[in-house]
Amino acid sequence: MLWLYNGALDVESILSDWYREYRDKNFGAFINFVGIVRKEGNIEGLSFDIYEPLLRSWFEEWQKRAKSKNALVLMAHSIGDVPIHKSSYISAVLSPKRRVALSMIDEFVEDFKANAPIWKYDLVDGKRVYAKDRSLKLPNSGILSSKD
Amino acid sequence: MAKVEFLGPIGKEPMEVDIKNLKELKDIFRDDKKIQEWLKISAVAVNDTLVNDIDIKIDKNDKISILPPVCGG
Repeated sequence: MLWLYNGALDVESILSDWYREYRDKNFGAFINFVGIVRKEGNIEGLSFDIYEPLLRSWFEEWQKRAKSKNALVLMAHSIGDVPIHKSSYISAVLSPKRRVALSMIDEFVEDFKANAPIWKYDLVDGKRVYAKDRSLKLPNSGILSSKD
Repeated sequence: MAKVEFLGPIGKEPMEVDIKNLKELKDIFRDDKKIQEWLKISAVAVNDTLVNDIDIKIDKNDKISILPPVCGG
């Protein structure tokens, strides 16, 4: 399941909802990751654009992979501005036994960073500055370029 | 006409193009220096699936998306 929210995530509410929803589904492990916007340099926060169709297909592939191990992945992400010390990203893996969830949360978050179609901007003086240096090229980037 | 959309920070308005494959789109962009800076680091999706071949056939109702480097979370 994938949820997108405008602005910062209400972490307590989202994690409580997930726990209430899945605690009686016989998953023995519920491992979650909460990303919090850090104060760095002169930024006031971060801002995000998302391309939802591709994000959903990327996520569905992960859900299939999780289900093949009797696990479940959950994810929430912000669209737009998120101030420092608020959360923009939560993900979780539920599995019958702990090893699958512990391992999969690591793989999931890393693949998310590399392949989820989300663009990050620093908020500086109220303006969005694309975080180009921290961004990663998607597979097969450059195929339309005429430059060497 | 196929539609081309430029995602995230590229900041270019969508455009419509009459092309038979992605190679023809590459030719359309050949002399656009500003978009070339993005194309060299951007991936391409056709109808929301990432592609790796510019010979792929494009139909008139197709949607082509240009995706610059990503950073979620």
